[in-house]
Amino acid sequence: MLSYVLRRLASAIPTMFIIVTLSFFMIRLAPGGPFDIERPLDPLILENLNKAYNFDKPLWQQYLLYLGNLLQGDLGPSFTRRDFSVVDLFSTGLPVSIQIGLSAIVIALILGTTLGAIAALRQNSLTDYGVVGVATLGITIPTFVIAPILSLAFGVMLGWLPAGGWGTWQHMVLPVATLALPQTAIVARLTRGATIEALRSNHVRTARAYGLPPFVVVVVHTLRAAILPVVSYLGPTAASLLTGSVVVETIFGIPGIGRYFVQGALGRDYTLVMGTVVVIALFIIVFNLIVDILYALLDPRVRYD
Amino acid sequence: MLKNVLKATVCASALVVSAGAFVAPAFAEVVYNRGNDTDPTTLDHHKTSTVAEGNLMRDLYEGLVVQNAKAEVVPGVAESWEVSDDGLKYTFKLRQNAKWSNGDPVKASDFVFAYQRIQDPAVAAPYANMLYPIVNAEAINKGEKQAADLGAKAVDDHTLEITLSAPTPYFLELLTHQTGYPLHEASVKQFGDDFTKPGNMVTNGAYMLASFTPNDKISMKKNPNFHDAANVQIDVVNFIPFEDRANCLRRFEAGEVQSCSDLAYEQLDYMKEKLGDQVHTAPYLGTYYLPVKVKKEKLADPRVREAISMVIDREFIAKEIWRGGMVPGYSFVPPGIGNYPNPVFLPYKDMDMLDREDAAKKLLEEAGVAPGSLSVELRYNTSVNHKNTLTAVADMLKNIGITATLFEMEGTGYFDYLKQDGDFDIARAGWIGDYSDPQNFLFLFESQNLGFNYPRWSNAEYDALMKKAETTVDLDERAGVLRQAEEIFLKELPAIPILYYGSGALVSSKLSGWEDNVMNVHPTRFLSLAN
Repeated sequence: MLSYVLRRLASAIPTMFIIVTLSFFMIRLAPGGPFDIERPLDPLILENLNKAYNFDKPLWQQYLLYLGNLLQGDLGPSFTRRDFSVVDLFSTGLPVSIQIGLSAIVIALILGTTLGAIAALRQNSLTDYGVVGVATLGITIPTFVIAPILSLAFGVMLGWLPAGGWGTWQHMVLPVATLALPQTAIVARLTRGATIEALRSNHVRTARAYGLPPFVVVVVHTLRAAILPVVSYLGPTAASLLTGSVVVETIFGIPGIGRYFVQGALGRDYTLVMGTVVVIALFIIVFNLIVDILYALLDPRVRYD
Repeated sequence: MLKNVLKATVCASALVVSAGAFVAPAFAEVVYNRGNDTDPTTLDHHKTSTVAEGNLMRDLYEGLVVQNAKAEVVPGVAESWEVSDDGLKYTFKLRQNAKWSNGDPVKASDFVFAYQRIQDPAVAAPYANMLYPIVNAEAINKGEKQAADLGAKAVDDHTLEITLSAPTPYFLELLTHQTGYPLHEASVKQFGDDFTKPGNMVTNGAYMLASFTPNDKISMKKNPNFHDAANVQIDVVNFIPFEDRANCLRRFEAGEVQSCSDLAYEQLDYMKEKLGDQVHTAPYLGTYYLPVKVKKEKLADPRVREAISMVIDREFIAKEIWRGGMVPGYSFVPPGIGNYPNPVFLPYKDMDMLDREDAAKKLLEEAGVAPGSLSVELRYNTSVNHKNTLTAVADMLKNIGITATLFEMEGTGYFDYLKQDGDFDIARAGWIGDYSDPQNFLFLFESQNLGFNYPRWSNAEYDALMKKAETTVDLDERAGVLRQAEEIFLKELPAIPILYYGSGALVSSKLSGWEDNVMNVHPTRFLSLAN
C-alpha cells in the first residue's frame, strides 16, 4: 500500500509539470495583457510597467523564471492585487474556501447517504418518490438561482441570517446550504441507485440467508458496497468544492479563492491564474489518490500490491 | 479617588458585559459599511487609477487641496496658496497642525518626495501624466531628467513651491486627484513595496488602514492625529467590494451596508418604490452626444442641426432606454463641473416636446428642407443601449419628416473610423472628463484637434476663445470666455449633446452629509451615521 501511494505521488510530478507548462503558455495566448485597461496607458508608462514585471523578456525566459520560483514555493506577485503575492492570497483565502467546502461535503455526505438509503429500502414508496423528487429539484436548480433566493429570503425578508459577508458562524449557514443542496441531492440519488443494486447482490442475499439481523445486513454489507460510487463521485467533487465556488463567493461576498480564477483570467493576472491552476490540480491529484485508497479499504476485491 | 476608579471600572465592565449580551452601548464606535465597486489593484496611490481606488485614497490621504462633500476645491494640507501673475508658480503654505497617522508632522518635503516618486520610471505609475504640467515631470518620467529637476521644491517644512511649464488654470482640480497626495517618506523607504501593508502604512487623511482582506473588506479607523479629527464623526469605515450591484442591493436592504457605490439599474423601479429617496442618481462628468458631419451639404445648415436636436426627446431616452443610468443633457459641458459657474444650456431645454416639434418643422422650412426630402444615416458601435438610443432618435426624426436609417459598426473599428474622418452623417460618441474643468470638454471641438473633432467642424471664433482661455489666469474671467465658446457651439451644434452620464448610489437614510455631485466623490470624513 505504502509503495503504491509513493508511486502515485511520484507520478504526480510529471503531471503537474505538464499542467503548469500548458497553462503558462495557454494564458499567454489570450489577447491583451494585465496592463490593458479600458483607457489605454501612455506607451511610455506601459513600457515602464512591462519592464518592472519582466514582460519585456522573451517568453521562454519568463517561463524558466516562473518554474524556478515555483520550485521554491513562490507563485509570484499578483498583477491585479499588487499588495499581495499569490501565496498571500491563497493563504488567506484557502482556509475560508475549505471551511465552507468541507462543511458542505460533510452535510451532503451524511444527509445524502441517509436519504438515499432510506429511499432505496422503501423503494417505490411515497418516501422514495419524495426523496427522488426533491433530489431531482436540487440537481436542476443552479446555485446562482438558489444563492440569491436564500439570501433574499433569510437575509432580507426574514432577517434571520446575514444576507452576505464573512466573519461569524451565521455568515456560513447560507453559503454552505447553497453548496450542500445540490451535492446532497446527487449523493442521495447515487446512494439510492447503488443500494438498490447492492440489496440484490449475492453477498447481501447470503448474509440474509445466514439470518443476520436486518440492521447489520444494511449497514455493514449493503451500505459498504453502496458507498463506492459515492466515494468515487466525491473525490473530484471535494477537490472542486474545497477550492471555492465562484458563484457562492460572489453572491455572498466571501473572501475565498473561488473568485481568483475568474478575476485572474479576466484581468490577465497570469500568476494568479497559474497559482489557481496549481492549487486545483494539486487538490484533484490528492483527492483522486484518497479515493483510490478508500476503495481499497472499502472494497475487499481491490488490492494495490 | 481609588474608590471612584473602582466604581467606574465596575460600572464600565458591567456596561460592557450587558452590552455584549444585548445591544451595542451608546458609546460604541460608529461603523460605516461602505459598498465600493471593486477591490483596489493596490493601496500604493501612485499605482492606482480607478474610481474605486480613488474612493479609498480620499479617506486615507489628504492632498494640498481636497474636495468637500459638494466636490468643491477647498484647502487640505495647504491652508493657503498664492499663484504668480503669469499662472506658472504656485506657493502653498502648509498648516502647522497637519500630521501623519503616526504623529509625524506633514512636511513640504513629503509632497516633493511623492511628486518625484510618481514620475520615477521604475514606479511605472499609470496616471503619472496627471502631473505632467509640473516643470520637467514628463522628462523625468521618460528617464531624460533626474528626479531633483522636478519643479516642486520644499522652501521650508511648511512652504511648497510648484512651478508649471504652462499656465494650467485647472491645476488645483488636478491636485485633488490621488496622484496629488503626499507619501510618508520614512515608511516608504523603510518598508519598500510593503509600505501599504496594515501596520506599516502611514497616511495623513481622516482615516488610517486597519486591515485588508481581499474580496472581503478594507477596514479603516479614524486617524486620531488628523488635524480635523474633532469633526470626523464615523470611527470605522469598512469598504466592501461588490462586483455585482444586485448583491450590494440585497445587503443594503438587509441593513448590512449603509451605501452602495452603484445601482442595479435593471431593478431601478423596484428600488425607487421600495427604498424611495435612498436611491440617488446624479449627473456625472461625462456627455453622450451625436457628432454631425457638418461639411456634408445636407447637414451644413445649422438650422437643420438645430431642428434635429430639438425633436430628440432626451427625457424619454434617459428614462426608458438607459433606465435612469443617464441624465437628459442640454449642453456639452456637464453642469456642476468645476471652474464653470452659470452653465449655458440649449434654449429649448424646458420647452414642451410638441412645441419643439413645431419649431423644428419651421426651422427646416426656413432652411429649405421639404418634408420627406432629407434622409440621414445614424451610425453607432455595437451595444444594445446605443442601438436603442439611435432607434428612438430615428423614430423622433420621423415626426419632422426626416428619414433616418441605422448603421452598426464593431467597437474598435468604429472609433478609428470616426477619427479618420469617416463618411458618416450622424454618429454617436461619449466623453468622460479627466478633471473637473470645462476645457477638458470644449477642447474636443477645436479645429486642430483631429483626434476628437469627429464632425471636422471649424470655427475661427471658437478657436480664438479657446486660445484665450488657455492664457486667462483669472478663473471668473476664464469661465466667461469658455461660456462664450460653448454658446457658439450650442448655436452651431456640430455635435448634438443628448445625455449626461449619470452616477447612481444607494445611500441609507441613516447616513447624512452625502451630497450628490458631478465628480461622484463622497469623503467619509464629511458623513455621519445615526444609530
